[in-house]
Amino acid sequence: MTVAVAAAQSRYDCIVIGGGHNGLVCAATLARGDRSVLVLEAGTQVGGAALTREFAPGFRVSAGAHLLHLMPADLLRELQLESHGLEWAARRMTTTALVPGGARLCLTAEGAEHGLSAADARGYAAYSARMRRFAAALVPMFSRVPPRLGKEGWADRLALLRIGWQIRRLGRRDMRELLRIGGMNVYDLLEENFESAALKGALGFDAVLGANFGPRSPGTVLTLLYRLAAESAAGASGMSQPKGGMGALCNALAKAASAAGATIRAGAPVARILVEGDRASGVVLESGESIGAQTVISSADPKTTFLRLLGPRYLDTGFVRRVKHIRARGLAAKLHLALNRAPSFSGVSEAGLHGRLLIAPSLQHIEHAYNHAKYGEFSAAPVMEITVPTANDPTLAPAGEHVLSAIVQYAPYALKEGWESGRQRFMDTALDVLERFAPGLRSSITGAELLTPADMEREFRISGGHWHHGDLAFDQFLMVRPVPGAAQYRTPLEGLFLCGAGCHPGGGVMGIAGRNAARQVLAAGNS
Amino acid sequence: MSSGASRTPSDLDAIIVGAGHNGLVAACYLARAGLEVLVLERQPYIGGAAVSRRLYEDFTYSNCSYVCSLLRPEIIRTLELPKYGLQVIPYEGGCTMMQGGGHLALYDNHDALRREIARHSKRDAEAYDRYSRDVMRQCKFIKPLLMREPPDPTSFKPRDLKELLYLGKRFHGLGEERMYDTLRFWTMSAADFLDEYFESEIVKAHFAGSSIIGTALGPRSPGSAYVLLHHYMGDIDDTVGAWGFARGGMGAITKALGASFEASGGTIRSAAPVARILVRNGRASGVALADGEEIRAPLVISNLDVRRTFLDTMDAKDLPDEFLRQVKNFKIRGSSGKLNIALDGLPRFPAIPEGSPCTRGDMHVTDTIEMMERAYDDWKDGRWSRAPYIDMLIPSQIDPTMVPDGKHYMSVFVQYCPYELADGPWDAAKRTAFGDTVINTIARHSPNFKELILHAEIRTPWDIENEVGLTEGNIFQGELTMDQLLFNRPVPGYAQYRAPVRGVYMCGSTTHPGGGVMGAPGANAARAVLRDLGRAH
Repeated sequence: MTVAVAAAQSRYDCIVIGGGHNGLVCAATLARGDRSVLVLEAGTQVGGAALTREFAPGFRVSAGAHLLHLMPADLLRELQLESHGLEWAARRMTTTALVPGGARLCLTAEGAEHGLSAADARGYAAYSARMRRFAAALVPMFSRVPPRLGKEGWADRLALLRIGWQIRRLGRRDMRELLRIGGMNVYDLLEENFESAALKGALGFDAVLGANFGPRSPGTVLTLLYRLAAESAAGASGMSQPKGGMGALCNALAKAASAAGATIRAGAPVARILVEGDRASGVVLESGESIGAQTVISSADPKTTFLRLLGPRYLDTGFVRRVKHIRARGLAAKLHLALNRAPSFSGVSEAGLHGRLLIAPSLQHIEHAYNHAKYGEFSAAPVMEITVPTANDPTLAPAGEHVLSAIVQYAPYALKEGWESGRQRFMDTALDVLERFAPGLRSSITGAELLTPADMEREFRISGGHWHHGDLAFDQFLMVRPVPGAAQYRTPLEGLFLCGAGCHPGGGVMGIAGRNAARQVLAAGNS
Repeated sequence: MSSGASRTPSDLDAIIVGAGHNGLVAACYLARAGLEVLVLERQPYIGGAAVSRRLYEDFTYSNCSYVCSLLRPEIIRTLELPKYGLQVIPYEGGCTMMQGGGHLALYDNHDALRREIARHSKRDAEAYDRYSRDVMRQCKFIKPLLMREPPDPTSFKPRDLKELLYLGKRFHGLGEERMYDTLRFWTMSAADFLDEYFESEIVKAHFAGSSIIGTALGPRSPGSAYVLLHHYMGDIDDTVGAWGFARGGMGAITKALGASFEASGGTIRSAAPVARILVRNGRASGVALADGEEIRAPLVISNLDVRRTFLDTMDAKDLPDEFLRQVKNFKIRGSSGKLNIALDGLPRFPAIPEGSPCTRGDMHVTDTIEMMERAYDDWKDGRWSRAPYIDMLIPSQIDPTMVPDGKHYMSVFVQYCPYELADGPWDAAKRTAFGDTVINTIARHSPNFKELILHAEIRTPWDIENEVGLTEGNIFQGELTMDQLLFNRPVPGYAQYRAPVRGVYMCGSTTHPGGGVMGAPGANAARAVLRDLGRAH
């Protein structure tokens, strides 16, 4: 997008650090609340990890997440993103699970097709319905500020009661089942419900996508329910692909923010957060320029915000210890391929290429892939979520040529051998897997890029290169996300707020954290 | 043991199925309340998994459970177990030996242990103060919950609401920061939890050990931190965290319970396997033994795990479908093996200084969390761990009555060992191979160990299931995972010891608060029975 020139203003109501989707949503919401807002983005264009960029001459791809399915429909409407240029290349995309030997399994919102036993076909309908009911009960949690425990404040008590009530009104049988499976691992849940290894693999994959978990890790039913809840909070449009890639979404968000009066400066990396007396008073850029503000809202991850931009000396040791203990080491790598012809996956029709393809043949396969990550090795047989963006949006590549975008797990941030030597070896491993499911793919590759968590840390300034700015897990969830004392978007430092994926309700291109944070800031101002 | 044959069945109030420690604890409380109670045991001896057996010459093996730590002090006192012969001798120490030589000693004394940790890391020695304070805080939070019925969160019954309120109040009483800590502690992995305190691998490995014993989880599995606590709840004379030996082996506990029970007028029939729990007009009417004999009683309390009770000894038609579905879903996984070894003398462990007290407690040879996690990976793939985690004790050093002069008895608990092997069922050859894996693991740390071995009893989960009657040989009668604790244990909606059939109760570790030789489930079940009889005390 065109970089807006900063107004000759040196003091704002609000400064938002980081022009990722959460930062932009936060800025737009604040600006619509009549605050003067400045967004400072370190990169040369807005988007953070949700941007579209050229990885090979003439080939563009969404550098981070490549599917949009978590951003609430009412948020898109509220910010009028479609009138700000957001178009859809595809909506309601299907999922095709690739199975060795050319078999396949097609999952849609409506149901599962192909190669399911009668029992599984019946089971799938009942299972999906039940999981959707559970997810629906969790939806209200997303757009609300997590309550503080042990506070006499009615708002907090009410919020807790509301969570309890949402679950209670499921009815006794559902409530019992939710309370049982809530703490379970997805491996056991799927074993209880299905026979087909391919189906279990496909359903289990979503529970560990972007997570520091294998299917046997307790807590993976939570991550799965969480994803389903976010999807149902987002509305019925399912998985979508913005025209022009994820960057187009952020450009629309930036336009919405600008239209509402926010100023956006790209190429303006923040060096530190200014503190006057005992409150945040603005920021200093790496250029040395300092800008004042009533409120500073950081969409950077909590470790970066508190340890690097603010500095431990303004925080008490217990809080700093908690921040240091946030588990935020990414395990997902991103593979980008430039292809001189459309890829063809065994058994998958041309139509299949318009949806997403999964390589996760069985739960045991996923678990084995995860085993390596526990010891600082990359998976010998990685699992993948694949899209072919050009199948829906030819503008991303030269005519007739194609882009393949894949999230490849597991690729631990702290690889024992180091990513210098590891990168090429992992790329080859991933390509071998792809070749097995799409014979001839290698010969069509004209350009390739692998983004490891280490690269994402560098490129997107996310410490640990973690998509969610911190593992989604029971102990980093709701009122303990990112850490107690900062779980309500406020921080121990007066005037400093968080609005990134590190906060409730976490990552993925969702934008809810940004909006919740903005509402907190506005509320704080009005009170 | 007196025989029940003489008694006319009609005057029985309750039958307890299984003479494990929980069955006997329940029996004691009921008999003391004046009920006519008959305990039926399948084996010719009582004790279930808390037994002392002579399987080789004059050696006494605690051949299942092997330490006394969790047995509730109030139970020991109320049932006068010391009077009936129970003596518990505390550990003096313990240790973890390191692969490259060297060791970390464990002492009961906080300051001694702190000094020992300082040998490995000054920073960790300081962290240890924080660690033990935080863990003890969690123990103290949970302790009172052990002897209470978990409330049903879906119920509006005054009792349940009252219990929920009680839980809420206790939780609230921790204060905001501690509430967050508690939320995290109950859901974290042991590895992550320990990483928040310690830097040295040996220290982390040492503490992590207790988080995996008996569970089909690895130290990196969320929820394992809680299991770590479960083993810290050890409680002798209210000194939280202490562990000890029962003089005469673990059988001494159940022997004392049996004696206490018979002293209050109860009857035990051993070698009397129950085939079915009888139901008439929708309520319990007694049991049928394997030989066809029927014994009538209005109350049947099962010490068996939930699968055995409802899938093997009851009729599906007497039970609700949803209940049966949940019983089938209850996870009971074999993950542990056991070796009982008769030794010609005391093995030498070069890593441990001569005469150090730490050979008189539990000894370990796993010095990194990664080793434990890799041992778990083997289990997930249906193999016994190639480098297993072992919990090794030589009780005969402290209790010479267990062995002939100059000889010794070693108990070796082994994690992980699957119930079902990927390469087909267990057989004699595989059992031997499993035993060799364990013996070689020990021999790597003790040059003279192998030549001292006079006899070794090798027990796979399959063996334990067949002898003790624990499904898959699971020592807790069911996994201690988040989804199977409190109101979920063993079945959501049936966590209060009552089965869906009137007059049928559960009293094994399959119920809240779970496994370990604790006795709490038995005591809680008895309380539930007495309340239903209007004899609450």
